[in-house]
Amino acid sequence: MLVAIAFLVVVILISTAIGPADLSLSTVVEVLLSHLPLLHLHSSVSALDQAIVWQIRLPRVVLAVLVGSMLALGGASYQGVFRNPLADPYLLGVAAGAGLGATIAIVTPSGFSEFLPLAAFLGGVVAVALTYLTGAKASGHSSGPSIILAGVAVAAIFTAIQTNIQQQHAADLQPVYSWILGSLSVATWSDVTLILPYVVLSAAILLAHRRLLDVLRLGEEEAMTLGVNPNRVRLVVVAAATMGTAAAVSVSGLIGFVGIIVPHLVRLTANASYRVVLPVSLVSGASFLVLADLCARMVDAPGEVPLGVVTAFIGGPFFIFVLRSRRSHQGVL
Amino acid sequence: MRFIRTGLSVMVLLTGGLVWSGASASGAATTDVSHFPVKVKTSMGTVTITSRPHAIVSLSATATEMLYAIGAGGQVKAVDKYSNYPTNAPITSLNGFSVSAEAIAKYKPDLVIVSYEPASFGAQMAKLKIPVIYDPAAPTLAVAYQQYLGLGEATGHVQQAVNEVQKLKSTIAGIVRSTPRVAPGTTYYWELDPTYYSVTSSTFMGQLMSLLGLKSIADAVGVNSNGGYPQLNSEFILKANPSYIFLADSKCCHASASTVASRPGWSVMSAVATRRILKLDDDIASRWGPRITILLRQVADFLKSQKG
Repeated sequence: MLVAIAFLVVVILISTAIGPADLSLSTVVEVLLSHLPLLHLHSSVSALDQAIVWQIRLPRVVLAVLVGSMLALGGASYQGVFRNPLADPYLLGVAAGAGLGATIAIVTPSGFSEFLPLAAFLGGVVAVALTYLTGAKASGHSSGPSIILAGVAVAAIFTAIQTNIQQQHAADLQPVYSWILGSLSVATWSDVTLILPYVVLSAAILLAHRRLLDVLRLGEEEAMTLGVNPNRVRLVVVAAATMGTAAAVSVSGLIGFVGIIVPHLVRLTANASYRVVLPVSLVSGASFLVLADLCARMVDAPGEVPLGVVTAFIGGPFFIFVLRSRRSHQGVL
Repeated sequence: MRFIRTGLSVMVLLTGGLVWSGASASGAATTDVSHFPVKVKTSMGTVTITSRPHAIVSLSATATEMLYAIGAGGQVKAVDKYSNYPTNAPITSLNGFSVSAEAIAKYKPDLVIVSYEPASFGAQMAKLKIPVIYDPAAPTLAVAYQQYLGLGEATGHVQQAVNEVQKLKSTIAGIVRSTPRVAPGTTYYWELDPTYYSVTSSTFMGQLMSLLGLKSIADAVGVNSNGGYPQLNSEFILKANPSYIFLADSKCCHASASTVASRPGWSVMSAVATRRILKLDDDIASRWGPRITILLRQVADFLKSQKG
């Protein structure tokens, strides 16, 4: 855990120091210090460079921390409640729902930026609620394949509607497409403050449930004999993870892979207990996305590479490498 | 090699035909019926049109504008939903980006023009014996002019197409001539959408701006990066501090001088501080048809107003 936190701090510092604008380290440090409360330093840095560091680069790094930690934590929690290694935070349709909401907001003539996060958030929450209701109804309880299948069906329906709307509004294809690929390129402090409460609340609830997720690992009946109601735990965890994930993707778009790869990396390198996996995933997810976003900014600088492409492109091979080299250590879920 | 030679001979044939039909039409505004059948060279190959088309379906907003500009508007039977100019074009719910052979066949066209052609669309239309002209987005003014001439050939308005191209050339030259040279190194940021997709100087619009002496800040990514349409990093945009900002996302995404100024950090840019931000019409700024002169004049007038 300490290693993970130290790594995150280093990654944040590097990511704040480097950017396509090519500012010197001293400039960056000076800008950061000048914004520290109580210090009242008057910096000699130009207004332009100040804006670059404080208004453009830093919110982007902070947003990457929030989104990355939320997606990884959401993924780990989903894997726990569904006891399925392939579960990711998008399993129950939050991505498809958010995608539909975002697309509707983009093609609606009344405006682009103002309503997009809200529409994406609502779309994600509605999709998961639908999945949960239909899936739980079908099987009588909220675990097992029926809810996952319901998620597949709901996601397919929402994606179909989204694709159709997108095709009908080909002129808006570019913004829709950018959003689906995921990006932090237009991150601002208001995005950060917008999602911060949801992410904090969701993370607090999920972390509080980490011991109960360990109990669920023992099996449904064992959990009940220990006085844990699996259905209630699942409902709370899914609700919290959905709220946080929907908030995260509402400002970042659909960044894939973080929710799957990070928790598994943590399991493979540390410990399979959720008491460890959840908090370490939270911190490592942040590091992973900050690093990935650094690549998105720098690989083709001053152009941008879609963040979702980066997470899959560097995450995929790295994951395979770790999986192969650690196969002997067992106990994936 | 053989391909190149064949291509060349087709071109020689065509230009020969062009001169001939141009001479016979001698500036008359009527359709030259004796002109058909005609082989029209498009950027995607040669299309044979047996008789003068009178039921054209245009699935390209730019081609629609071109057809009306060369006097072929009367032969147009249906246009797709993006063909919003001229306003008297017979707009339908057809979608140029998601074409369906059957939906088009319903209009019984004798000529279909597309700017986007999905795989096997051409083969389908060939089975229906409907000729298709595929005029994709022109990479240069020269290609746009070729498309005019091709449409003139295909519709029997050769002379008007020649005249229209002449008019465009002289109007563009006139605008460039009457616009004072900007200082060397004057740059612009061209915004395609609010996620900072932009154009480099190698794109069609970039070339138009180059005529006025302006250089895109996106060239720093490499002029051919992402086909000339890279997504820029916002801290780079700030650091590049362009002299002008051109908003080609004013209709789609409501970008304006005030929305740009309200973006965190952007107010420090000199183009924002001095209000050197010009709202463009998204449609005009994404088409390579007759209204490019409106766009060029708008930018030229803006440059002049900033100087004076």
